[in-house]
Amino acid sequence: MIVLDNVCKTYSTGVSALNGVSLRIRKGEFVFIVGSSGSGKTTLFKLLLKELEPTSGRIYINNKNIGRLRRRKVPKMRRGIGVVFQDFRLLKDRNIYENIAFAQRVVGKPAKVIKESVPQMLALVGLADKAEAFPKELSGGEQQRASLARALVNNPPILLADEPTGNLDPDNAWEIMKLLEDINKRGTTVVVVTHNQDIVEKMQKRVIRLDKGHIVSDEKGGVTNDR
Amino acid sequence: MIGRMFFAIRQGFRNVGRNHLFSLASIGTITACLFIFGIFYCIVTNFNYMIDRAQTNVGVTVFFDTSMSEEEILQIEDEIAQRPEVESTKYTSADQAWKDFKQQYFPDGDEGILAGLDNDNPLYDCANITVYLADTSRQSDLISYIEGIDGVTEVNGSQIMADSVTNFSRLIGYVSLGIILILALVAIFLISNTVMIGITVRKDEIAIMKYIGATDIFVRGPFIIEGMTIGLIGSVIPVIILRVLYTRVIDFILTHFTILRNILTFMDAGDVFRILAPVSLAAGLGIGFLGSYLTLRKHVRV
Repeated sequence: MIVLDNVCKTYSTGVSALNGVSLRIRKGEFVFIVGSSGSGKTTLFKLLLKELEPTSGRIYINNKNIGRLRRRKVPKMRRGIGVVFQDFRLLKDRNIYENIAFAQRVVGKPAKVIKESVPQMLALVGLADKAEAFPKELSGGEQQRASLARALVNNPPILLADEPTGNLDPDNAWEIMKLLEDINKRGTTVVVVTHNQDIVEKMQKRVIRLDKGHIVSDEKGGVTNDR
Repeated sequence: MIGRMFFAIRQGFRNVGRNHLFSLASIGTITACLFIFGIFYCIVTNFNYMIDRAQTNVGVTVFFDTSMSEEEILQIEDEIAQRPEVESTKYTSADQAWKDFKQQYFPDGDEGILAGLDNDNPLYDCANITVYLADTSRQSDLISYIEGIDGVTEVNGSQIMADSVTNFSRLIGYVSLGIILILALVAIFLISNTVMIGITVRKDEIAIMKYIGATDIFVRGPFIIEGMTIGLIGSVIPVIILRVLYTRVIDFILTHFTILRNILTFMDAGDVFRILAPVSLAAGLGIGFLGSYLTLRKHVRV
Protein backbone atom coordinates (compact mmCIF):
# COMPACT_ATOMS: atom_id res chain seq x y z
CA MET A 1 0.00 0.00 0.00
CA ILE A 2 2.69 2.47 1.07
CA VAL A 3 6.32 1.74 0.28
CA LEU A 4 9.29 4.00 0.87
CA ASP A 5 12.54 2.95 -0.72
CA ASN A 6 15.65 4.65 0.64
CA VAL A 7 14.02 8.07 0.76
CA CYS A 8 16.16 11.12 1.53
CA LYS A 9 15.02 14.67 1.86
CA THR A 10 17.34 17.62 2.22
CA TYR A 11 15.79 21.09 2.25
CA SER A 12 17.26 23.89 0.22
CA THR A 13 18.44 25.41 3.50
CA GLY A 14 20.75 22.44 3.85
CA VAL A 15 18.74 20.85 6.64
CA SER A 16 18.62 17.12 6.15
CA ALA A 17 15.21 15.84 7.34
CA LEU A 18 15.21 12.23 6.16
CA ASN A 19 18.26 10.08 5.56
CA GLY A 20 17.51 6.89 3.72
CA VAL A 21 14.15 5.84 5.08
CA SER A 22 12.76 2.54 3.83
CA LEU A 23 9.48 1.11 5.06
CA ARG A 24 6.48 -0.88 3.94
CA ILE A 25 2.93 -0.43 5.18
CA ARG A 26 0.46 -3.11 4.07
CA LYS A 27 -3.15 -2.70 3.20
CA GLY A 28 -5.36 -2.55 6.28
CA GLU A 29 -2.50 -1.90 8.72
CA PHE A 30 -2.63 0.53 11.63
CA VAL A 31 0.75 2.23 12.04
CA PHE A 32 2.10 4.84 14.40
CA ILE A 33 4.99 6.98 13.31
CA VAL A 34 6.63 8.50 16.37
CA GLY A 35 9.63 10.64 17.12
CA SER A 36 10.53 13.93 18.73
CA SER A 37 10.14 17.18 16.84
CA GLY A 38 12.76 17.46 14.13
CA SER A 39 12.85 13.70 13.68
CA GLY A 40 11.40 13.95 10.16
CA LYS A 41 7.78 12.98 10.89
CA THR A 42 6.24 16.01 9.27
CA THR A 43 8.54 15.77 6.28
CA LEU A 44 7.48 12.15 5.81
CA PHE A 45 3.85 13.21 6.03
CA LYS A 46 4.32 15.88 3.35
CA LEU A 47 6.22 13.50 1.10
CA LEU A 48 3.33 11.02 1.18
CA LEU A 49 0.97 13.76 0.02
CA LYS A 50 3.43 14.83 -2.66
CA GLU A 51 3.50 18.25 -1.14
CA LEU A 52 7.26 17.85 -1.14
CA GLU A 53 9.50 15.89 -3.51
CA PRO A 54 12.15 13.57 -2.08
CA THR A 55 15.75 14.51 -2.82
CA SER A 56 16.36 10.85 -3.64
CA GLY A 57 14.63 7.52 -3.26
CA ARG A 58 11.21 6.32 -4.34
CA ILE A 59 7.75 6.44 -2.80
CA TYR A 60 5.02 4.03 -3.90
CA ILE A 61 1.38 4.45 -3.00
CA ASN A 62 -0.97 1.71 -4.22
CA ASN A 63 1.94 0.33 -6.26
CA LYS A 64 2.36 3.63 -8.07
CA ASN A 65 5.63 5.53 -7.97
CA ILE A 66 4.34 8.96 -7.03
CA GLY A 67 7.64 10.55 -7.95
CA ARG A 68 6.84 9.87 -11.57
CA LEU A 69 3.31 11.15 -11.32
CA ARG A 70 2.42 14.00 -13.63
CA ARG A 71 1.44 17.21 -11.93
CA ARG A 72 -2.12 17.13 -13.16
CA LYS A 73 -2.52 13.59 -11.80
CA VAL A 74 -1.59 14.66 -8.28
CA PRO A 75 -5.14 15.68 -7.26
CA LYS A 76 -6.40 12.24 -8.20
CA MET A 77 -3.70 10.56 -6.15
CA ARG A 78 -4.55 12.74 -3.12
CA ARG A 79 -8.18 11.70 -3.34
CA GLY A 80 -7.02 8.25 -2.28
CA ILE A 81 -5.64 9.62 0.97
CA GLY A 82 -7.74 11.15 3.73
CA VAL A 83 -5.91 13.64 5.93
CA VAL A 84 -6.45 14.81 9.49
CA PHE A 85 -4.45 17.55 11.18
CA GLN A 86 -3.65 18.54 14.72
CA ASP A 87 -5.45 21.88 14.29
CA PHE A 88 -8.53 20.31 12.61
CA ARG A 89 -8.50 22.85 9.74
CA LEU A 90 -12.23 23.13 9.44
CA LEU A 91 -13.58 26.08 7.49
CA LYS A 92 -14.81 28.55 10.08
CA ASP A 93 -17.43 30.20 7.89
CA ARG A 94 -19.36 26.97 7.23
CA ASN A 95 -21.28 24.66 9.48
CA ILE A 96 -20.20 21.08 10.06
CA TYR A 97 -22.48 19.67 7.38
CA GLU A 98 -21.04 22.07 4.80
CA ASN A 99 -17.49 21.34 5.90
CA ILE A 100 -17.95 17.68 5.15
CA ALA A 101 -19.98 18.28 2.00
CA PHE A 102 -17.16 20.55 0.86
CA ALA A 103 -14.84 17.57 0.52
CA GLN A 104 -17.31 15.94 -1.83
CA ARG A 105 -17.98 19.11 -3.81
CA VAL A 106 -14.25 19.49 -4.35
CA VAL A 107 -14.06 16.13 -6.05
CA GLY A 108 -17.26 16.80 -8.00
CA LYS A 109 -19.65 14.36 -6.36
CA PRO A 110 -23.28 14.86 -7.40
CA ALA A 111 -25.64 16.56 -4.96
CA LYS A 112 -27.62 13.36 -4.46
CA VAL A 113 -24.57 11.44 -3.26
CA ILE A 114 -23.60 14.31 -0.96
CA LYS A 115 -27.03 14.36 0.65
CA GLU A 116 -26.73 10.69 1.44
CA SER A 117 -23.15 10.30 2.53
CA VAL A 118 -22.69 13.37 4.72
CA PRO A 119 -25.32 12.32 7.31
CA GLN A 120 -23.87 8.82 7.22
CA MET A 121 -20.40 10.13 8.02
CA LEU A 122 -21.77 12.41 10.75
CA ALA A 123 -23.48 9.43 12.34
CA LEU A 124 -20.30 7.35 12.11
CA VAL A 125 -18.28 9.93 14.06
CA GLY A 126 -21.16 10.66 16.45
CA LEU A 127 -21.97 14.17 15.34
CA ALA A 128 -25.40 13.54 13.81
CA ASP A 129 -26.98 16.23 16.00
CA LYS A 130 -24.26 18.81 15.30
CA ALA A 131 -24.69 19.16 11.56
CA GLU A 132 -25.89 22.76 11.81
CA ALA A 133 -23.25 23.83 14.31
CA PHE A 134 -20.27 25.96 13.32
CA PRO A 135 -16.76 24.78 14.20
CA LYS A 136 -16.27 27.36 16.96
CA GLU A 137 -19.39 26.04 18.72
CA LEU A 138 -17.84 22.57 19.05
CA SER A 139 -15.31 21.21 21.50
CA GLY A 140 -11.87 20.19 20.29
CA GLY A 141 -12.82 16.54 20.27
CA GLU A 142 -15.94 17.22 18.26
CA GLN A 143 -14.01 19.33 15.80
CA GLN A 144 -11.49 16.57 15.33
CA ARG A 145 -14.29 14.07 14.73
CA ALA A 146 -15.76 16.43 12.14
CA SER A 147 -12.42 16.67 10.38
CA LEU A 148 -12.19 12.88 10.51
CA ALA A 149 -15.59 12.70 8.84
CA ARG A 150 -14.36 15.07 6.17
CA ALA A 151 -11.25 12.97 5.59
CA LEU A 152 -13.27 9.79 5.20
CA VAL A 153 -16.34 10.95 3.32
CA ASN A 154 -14.78 10.16 -0.04
CA ASN A 155 -13.85 6.63 1.09
CA PRO A 156 -10.08 6.89 0.72
CA PRO A 157 -8.19 3.60 1.17
CA ILE A 158 -5.57 5.40 3.28
CA LEU A 159 -5.99 7.74 6.22
CA LEU A 160 -3.08 9.96 7.28
CA ALA A 161 -3.39 11.67 10.65
CA ASP A 162 -0.83 14.26 11.75
CA GLU A 163 -0.91 14.57 15.55
CA PRO A 164 -4.68 14.04 15.61
CA THR A 165 -4.75 14.17 19.41
CA GLY A 166 -2.24 16.97 19.85
CA ASN A 167 -4.83 19.55 20.88
CA LEU A 168 -7.11 17.26 22.84
CA ASP A 169 -7.44 16.25 26.49
CA PRO A 170 -6.79 12.55 27.26
CA ASP A 171 -10.46 11.52 27.18
CA ASN A 172 -11.15 13.09 23.83
CA ALA A 173 -7.83 11.86 22.50
CA TRP A 174 -8.73 8.35 23.48
CA GLU A 175 -12.10 8.60 21.77
CA ILE A 176 -10.50 9.75 18.56
CA MET A 177 -8.12 6.81 18.76
CA LYS A 178 -10.96 4.37 19.19
CA LEU A 179 -12.68 5.95 16.22
CA LEU A 180 -9.50 5.53 14.18
CA GLU A 181 -9.37 1.89 15.25
CA ASP A 182 -12.98 1.41 14.09
CA ILE A 183 -12.16 2.99 10.77
CA ASN A 184 -9.15 0.71 10.48
CA LYS A 185 -11.32 -2.33 11.18
CA ARG A 186 -13.53 -1.30 8.31
CA GLY A 187 -10.55 -1.77 6.01
CA THR A 188 -8.90 1.63 5.83
CA THR A 189 -5.12 1.74 6.18
CA VAL A 190 -4.41 4.18 9.02
CA VAL A 191 -1.12 6.00 9.55
CA VAL A 192 -0.91 8.19 12.65
CA VAL A 193 1.98 10.55 13.23
CA THR A 194 2.17 11.38 16.92
CA HIS A 195 4.34 11.85 19.95
CA ASN A 196 1.66 10.93 22.46
CA GLN A 197 3.41 8.03 24.21
CA ASP A 198 0.42 7.06 26.36
CA ILE A 199 -1.77 6.41 23.41
CA VAL A 200 0.86 4.55 21.46
CA GLU A 201 1.44 2.37 24.49
CA LYS A 202 -2.23 1.59 25.00
CA MET A 203 -3.08 0.90 21.37
CA GLN A 204 -0.53 -1.90 20.91
CA LYS A 205 -0.06 -1.36 17.17
CA ARG A 206 2.93 -1.30 14.91
CA VAL A 207 5.21 1.61 15.82
CA ILE A 208 7.83 3.14 13.55
CA ARG A 209 10.19 5.41 15.46
CA LEU A 210 12.10 8.10 13.64
CA ASP A 211 15.11 9.94 14.97
CA LYS A 212 17.15 12.52 13.07
CA GLY A 213 15.82 11.25 9.77
CA HIS A 214 16.48 7.57 10.40
CA ILE A 215 14.17 4.72 11.39
CA VAL A 216 15.51 3.61 14.74
CA SER A 217 12.89 0.98 15.50
CA ASP A 218 9.92 -0.67 13.82
CA GLU A 219 8.04 -3.16 15.94
CA LYS A 220 4.65 -4.17 17.13
CA GLY A 221 3.50 -3.16 20.54
CA GLY A 222 4.28 -0.21 22.72
CA VAL A 223 7.33 1.95 22.96
CA THR A 224 9.96 -0.20 24.53
CA ASN A 225 12.91 2.17 24.43
CA ASP A 226 11.12 5.07 26.03
CA ARG A 227 12.93 8.25 26.90
CA MET B 1 -19.23 19.25 -14.26
CA ILE B 2 -22.12 21.72 -14.15
CA GLY B 3 -22.15 21.42 -10.39
CA ARG B 4 -18.49 22.35 -10.33
CA MET B 5 -19.11 25.32 -12.56
CA PHE B 6 -21.81 26.59 -10.23
CA PHE B 7 -19.49 26.07 -7.31
CA ALA B 8 -16.86 28.22 -9.00
CA ILE B 9 -19.36 30.92 -9.93
CA ARG B 10 -20.89 31.04 -6.46
CA GLN B 11 -17.46 31.21 -4.83
CA GLY B 12 -16.37 33.84 -7.32
CA PHE B 13 -19.27 36.15 -6.54
CA ARG B 14 -18.72 35.54 -2.87
CA ASN B 15 -15.13 36.70 -3.23
CA VAL B 16 -16.12 39.89 -5.00
CA GLY B 17 -18.47 40.67 -2.13
CA ARG B 18 -16.01 39.62 0.54
CA ASN B 19 -13.25 42.05 -0.29
CA HIS B 20 -15.52 44.67 -1.73
CA LEU B 21 -13.19 47.63 -1.18
CA PHE B 22 -10.53 46.20 -3.42
CA SER B 23 -13.13 44.93 -5.83
CA LEU B 24 -14.55 48.45 -6.03
CA ALA B 25 -11.12 49.94 -6.67
CA SER B 26 -10.53 47.46 -9.49
CA ILE B 27 -13.97 48.03 -10.95
CA GLY B 28 -13.36 51.79 -10.78
CA THR B 29 -10.07 51.52 -12.63
CA ILE B 30 -11.49 49.36 -15.38
CA THR B 31 -14.45 51.71 -15.64
CA ALA B 32 -12.11 54.68 -16.01
CA CYS B 33 -10.00 52.82 -18.53
CA LEU B 34 -12.90 51.75 -20.70
CA PHE B 35 -14.67 55.10 -20.26
CA ILE B 36 -11.68 56.92 -21.70
CA PHE B 37 -11.40 54.29 -24.40
CA GLY B 38 -15.07 54.81 -25.22
CA ILE B 39 -14.77 58.60 -25.38
CA PHE B 40 -11.81 58.41 -27.72
CA TYR B 41 -13.49 55.76 -29.76
CA CYS B 42 -16.58 57.97 -30.18
CA ILE B 43 -14.47 60.97 -31.13
CA VAL B 44 -12.25 59.09 -33.56
CA THR B 45 -15.03 57.21 -35.32
CA ASN B 46 -17.17 60.30 -35.65
CA PHE B 47 -14.18 62.23 -36.86
CA ASN B 48 -13.39 59.63 -39.46
CA TYR B 49 -17.01 59.50 -40.43
CA MET B 50 -17.09 63.26 -40.99
CA ILE B 51 -13.82 63.21 -42.89
CA ASP B 52 -15.17 60.45 -45.09
CA ARG B 53 -18.21 62.50 -45.85
CA ALA B 54 -16.15 65.62 -46.42
CA GLN B 55 -13.82 63.77 -48.75
CA THR B 56 -16.60 63.00 -51.15
CA ASN B 57 -17.34 66.72 -51.34
CA VAL B 58 -13.86 68.16 -51.48
CA GLY B 59 -11.70 67.31 -54.44
CA VAL B 60 -8.76 68.44 -56.48
CA THR B 61 -9.57 70.79 -59.33
CA VAL B 62 -7.42 70.63 -62.46
CA PHE B 63 -7.31 73.48 -65.00
CA PHE B 64 -5.95 73.22 -68.53
CA ASP B 65 -4.18 75.30 -71.15
CA THR B 66 -6.69 76.97 -73.49
CA SER B 67 -5.05 75.26 -76.45
CA MET B 68 -6.28 71.89 -75.18
CA SER B 69 -9.24 70.45 -77.01
CA GLU B 70 -12.11 68.87 -75.16
CA GLU B 71 -11.08 65.42 -76.43
CA GLU B 72 -7.57 65.82 -75.07
CA ILE B 73 -8.94 66.85 -71.72
CA LEU B 74 -11.29 63.89 -71.62
CA GLN B 75 -8.37 61.59 -72.38
CA ILE B 76 -6.45 63.01 -69.43
CA GLU B 77 -9.54 62.54 -67.27
CA ASP B 78 -9.57 58.87 -68.19
CA GLU B 79 -5.93 58.50 -67.18
CA ILE B 80 -6.50 60.16 -63.84
CA ALA B 81 -9.60 58.09 -63.18
CA GLN B 82 -7.51 54.90 -63.47
CA ARG B 83 -5.35 55.75 -60.49
CA PRO B 84 -6.15 53.69 -57.39
CA GLU B 85 -6.50 56.59 -54.96
CA VAL B 86 -9.09 58.28 -57.19
CA GLU B 87 -12.69 57.61 -56.37
CA SER B 88 -14.37 59.55 -59.20
CA THR B 89 -13.78 62.41 -61.62
CA LYS B 90 -16.04 65.02 -63.13
CA TYR B 91 -15.42 67.03 -66.29
CA THR B 92 -16.79 70.54 -66.56
CA SER B 93 -16.47 72.30 -69.95
CA ALA B 94 -15.97 76.06 -70.21
CA ASP B 95 -19.59 76.50 -71.36
CA GLN B 96 -20.84 74.44 -68.48
CA ALA B 97 -18.73 76.46 -66.06
CA TRP B 98 -20.28 79.65 -67.39
CA LYS B 99 -23.77 78.20 -67.06
CA ASP B 100 -23.09 77.07 -63.52
CA PHE B 101 -21.74 80.50 -62.71
CA LYS B 102 -24.81 82.23 -64.07
CA GLN B 103 -27.05 79.76 -62.27
CA GLN B 104 -25.29 80.31 -59.01
CA TYR B 105 -25.09 84.09 -58.96
CA PHE B 106 -28.06 85.16 -61.10
CA PRO B 107 -30.62 82.44 -60.50
CA ASP B 108 -33.41 84.67 -61.72
CA GLY B 109 -31.62 85.08 -65.03
CA ASP B 110 -30.78 88.71 -65.68
CA GLU B 111 -30.51 88.08 -69.40
CA GLY B 112 -29.83 91.71 -70.31
CA ILE B 113 -26.36 91.94 -68.88
CA LEU B 114 -25.27 88.37 -69.24
CA ALA B 115 -26.74 87.38 -72.59
CA GLY B 116 -24.27 89.60 -74.36
CA LEU B 117 -21.46 87.60 -72.92
CA ASP B 118 -22.77 84.19 -73.97
CA ASN B 119 -20.88 84.22 -77.22
CA ASP B 120 -17.77 85.52 -75.60
CA ASN B 121 -17.51 83.23 -72.60
CA PRO B 122 -15.62 85.11 -69.87
CA LEU B 123 -14.70 81.74 -68.40
CA TYR B 124 -13.26 80.47 -71.70
CA ASP B 125 -10.23 79.07 -69.88
CA CYS B 126 -12.16 77.38 -67.12
CA ALA B 127 -12.67 73.91 -68.54
CA ASN B 128 -11.69 71.72 -65.59
CA ILE B 129 -11.72 68.25 -64.07
CA THR B 130 -12.65 67.75 -60.46
CA VAL B 131 -11.03 64.67 -58.95
CA TYR B 132 -12.52 63.06 -55.82
CA LEU B 133 -10.17 60.98 -53.77
CA ALA B 134 -10.87 57.72 -52.05
CA ASP B 135 -7.95 58.32 -49.70
CA THR B 136 -7.11 61.89 -48.72
CA SER B 137 -3.71 60.99 -47.34
CA ARG B 138 -2.46 60.42 -50.91
CA GLN B 139 -3.54 63.81 -52.19
CA SER B 140 -0.02 65.19 -52.50
CA ASP B 141 1.10 62.22 -54.65
CA LEU B 142 -1.84 62.73 -56.93
CA ILE B 143 -1.25 66.45 -57.28
CA SER B 144 2.39 66.05 -58.24
CA TYR B 145 1.36 63.38 -60.75
CA ILE B 146 -1.28 65.63 -62.34
CA GLU B 147 1.06 68.65 -62.40
CA GLY B 148 3.41 66.58 -64.53
CA ILE B 149 0.81 66.07 -67.27
CA ASP B 150 1.20 68.21 -70.41
CA GLY B 151 -1.41 70.91 -70.83
CA VAL B 152 -2.24 71.20 -67.14
CA THR B 153 -1.88 74.78 -65.96
CA GLU B 154 -3.09 74.66 -62.42
CA VAL B 155 -3.99 72.12 -59.75
CA ASN B 156 -5.95 73.28 -56.72
CA GLY B 157 -5.98 70.94 -53.79
CA SER B 158 -6.72 71.35 -50.13
CA GLN B 159 -3.40 69.92 -49.12
CA ILE B 160 -2.92 71.61 -45.78
CA MET B 161 -6.40 70.73 -44.69
CA ALA B 162 -6.03 67.14 -45.82
CA ASP B 163 -2.68 66.72 -44.09
CA SER B 164 -3.79 68.19 -40.80
CA VAL B 165 -6.94 66.12 -40.80
CA THR B 166 -5.01 62.88 -41.22
CA ASN B 167 -2.38 63.90 -38.72
CA PHE B 168 -4.94 64.92 -36.16
CA SER B 169 -6.90 61.71 -36.26
CA ARG B 170 -3.66 59.74 -36.13
CA LEU B 171 -2.53 61.74 -33.10
CA ILE B 172 -5.80 61.10 -31.31
CA GLY B 173 -5.39 57.45 -32.08
CA TYR B 174 -1.89 57.26 -30.59
CA VAL B 175 -2.73 59.30 -27.51
CA SER B 176 -5.79 57.22 -26.73
CA LEU B 177 -3.86 54.02 -27.31
CA GLY B 178 -1.19 55.16 -24.88
CA ILE B 179 -3.67 56.13 -22.19
CA ILE B 180 -5.63 52.94 -22.61
CA LEU B 181 -2.50 50.81 -22.36
CA ILE B 182 -1.38 52.50 -19.15
CA LEU B 183 -4.83 52.21 -17.61
CA ALA B 184 -5.18 48.60 -18.67
CA LEU B 185 -1.88 47.79 -16.95
CA VAL B 186 -3.04 49.58 -13.80
CA ALA B 187 -6.31 47.64 -13.96
CA ILE B 188 -4.52 44.31 -14.34
CA PHE B 189 -2.28 45.19 -11.42
CA LEU B 190 -5.23 46.13 -9.23
CA ILE B 191 -7.18 43.01 -10.09
CA SER B 192 -4.11 40.95 -9.39
CA ASN B 193 -3.95 42.59 -5.94
CA THR B 194 -7.63 41.99 -5.33
CA VAL B 195 -7.26 38.34 -6.21
CA MET B 196 -4.10 38.14 -4.12
CA ILE B 197 -6.06 39.33 -1.09
CA GLY B 198 -8.71 36.73 -1.84
CA ILE B 199 -5.99 34.08 -1.96
CA THR B 200 -4.55 35.24 1.36
CA VAL B 201 -7.96 35.33 3.03
CA ARG B 202 -8.77 31.86 1.74
CA LYS B 203 -5.32 30.37 2.31
CA ASP B 204 -6.69 27.73 4.70
CA GLU B 205 -9.50 26.80 2.38
CA ILE B 206 -7.09 26.45 -0.54
CA ALA B 207 -4.75 24.29 1.53
CA ILE B 208 -7.64 22.02 2.51
CA MET B 209 -8.86 21.86 -1.07
CA LYS B 210 -5.41 20.70 -2.15
CA TYR B 211 -5.29 17.99 0.50
CA ILE B 212 -8.71 16.74 -0.45
CA GLY B 213 -7.56 16.45 -4.03
CA ALA B 214 -8.97 19.49 -5.79
CA THR B 215 -7.65 20.11 -9.27
CA ASP B 216 -5.94 23.34 -10.31
CA ILE B 217 -8.98 24.37 -12.29
CA PHE B 218 -11.25 23.78 -9.33
CA VAL B 219 -9.15 25.87 -6.98
CA ARG B 220 -8.52 28.62 -9.49
CA GLY B 221 -12.01 28.76 -10.98
CA PRO B 222 -13.56 30.97 -8.32
CA PHE B 223 -10.71 33.48 -8.56
CA ILE B 224 -10.92 33.60 -12.34
CA ILE B 225 -14.66 34.19 -12.03
CA GLU B 226 -13.95 36.87 -9.45
CA GLY B 227 -11.57 38.68 -11.77
CA MET B 228 -13.85 38.35 -14.76
CA THR B 229 -16.88 39.54 -12.76
CA ILE B 230 -14.93 42.61 -11.74
CA GLY B 231 -13.92 43.13 -15.36
CA LEU B 232 -17.47 42.68 -16.59
CA ILE B 233 -18.97 45.13 -14.10
CA GLY B 234 -16.16 47.55 -14.87
CA SER B 235 -17.02 47.41 -18.56
CA VAL B 236 -20.81 47.51 -18.34
CA ILE B 237 -20.79 50.73 -16.30
CA PRO B 238 -18.84 52.88 -18.79
CA VAL B 239 -20.81 51.53 -21.74
CA ILE B 240 -24.09 52.52 -20.11
CA ILE B 241 -22.76 55.94 -19.11
CA LEU B 242 -21.36 56.56 -22.59
CA ARG B 243 -24.57 55.46 -24.24
CA VAL B 244 -26.55 57.98 -22.20
CA LEU B 245 -23.97 60.73 -22.67
CA TYR B 246 -23.59 60.18 -26.39
CA THR B 247 -27.08 61.25 -27.39
CA ARG B 248 -27.07 64.08 -24.86
CA VAL B 249 -23.77 65.52 -26.01
CA ILE B 250 -24.78 65.39 -29.66
CA ASP B 251 -28.10 67.03 -28.88
CA PHE B 252 -26.27 69.68 -26.92
CA ILE B 253 -23.82 70.44 -29.72
CA LEU B 254 -26.50 70.54 -32.37
CA THR B 255 -28.77 72.86 -30.40
CA HIS B 256 -26.09 75.21 -29.08
CA PHE B 257 -23.84 75.40 -32.12
CA THR B 258 -26.38 75.65 -34.88
CA ILE B 259 -23.76 77.10 -37.24
CA LEU B 260 -21.89 73.82 -37.15
CA ARG B 261 -24.90 71.80 -38.07
CA ASN B 262 -23.90 71.61 -41.71
CA ILE B 263 -20.32 70.59 -41.00
CA LEU B 264 -20.92 68.16 -38.19
CA THR B 265 -22.81 65.05 -39.03
CA PHE B 266 -22.66 62.55 -36.21
CA MET B 267 -22.91 58.81 -36.41
CA ASP B 268 -25.95 56.99 -35.13
CA ALA B 269 -25.55 55.85 -31.53
CA GLY B 270 -26.54 52.37 -32.68
CA ASP B 271 -23.68 52.23 -35.19
CA VAL B 272 -21.14 53.41 -32.64
CA PHE B 273 -22.21 51.08 -29.84
CA ARG B 274 -22.63 48.04 -32.04
CA ILE B 275 -18.82 47.95 -32.05
CA LEU B 276 -17.98 49.82 -28.85
CA ALA B 277 -20.15 47.74 -26.51
CA PRO B 278 -18.83 44.26 -27.42
CA VAL B 279 -15.24 45.52 -27.63
CA SER B 280 -15.52 47.08 -24.16
CA LEU B 281 -17.08 43.97 -22.65
CA ALA B 282 -14.42 41.77 -24.20
CA ALA B 283 -11.69 44.11 -22.96
CA GLY B 284 -13.15 44.11 -19.44
CA LEU B 285 -13.41 40.34 -19.33
CA GLY B 286 -9.94 40.00 -20.81
CA ILE B 287 -8.37 42.36 -18.27
CA GLY B 288 -10.18 40.53 -15.46
CA PHE B 289 -9.06 37.14 -16.69
CA LEU B 290 -5.48 38.21 -17.20
CA GLY B 291 -5.23 39.92 -13.81
CA SER B 292 -6.44 36.89 -11.92
CA TYR B 293 -4.79 34.24 -14.09
CA LEU B 294 -1.31 35.75 -13.79
CA THR B 295 -1.63 35.93 -10.01
CA LEU B 296 -2.95 32.39 -9.72
CA ARG B 297 -0.22 30.96 -11.89
CA LYS B 298 2.30 32.49 -9.52
CA HIS B 299 0.65 31.74 -6.19
CA VAL B 300 -1.78 28.85 -6.46
CA ARG B 301 -0.33 25.57 -7.63
CA VAL B 302 -1.66 22.26 -6.51
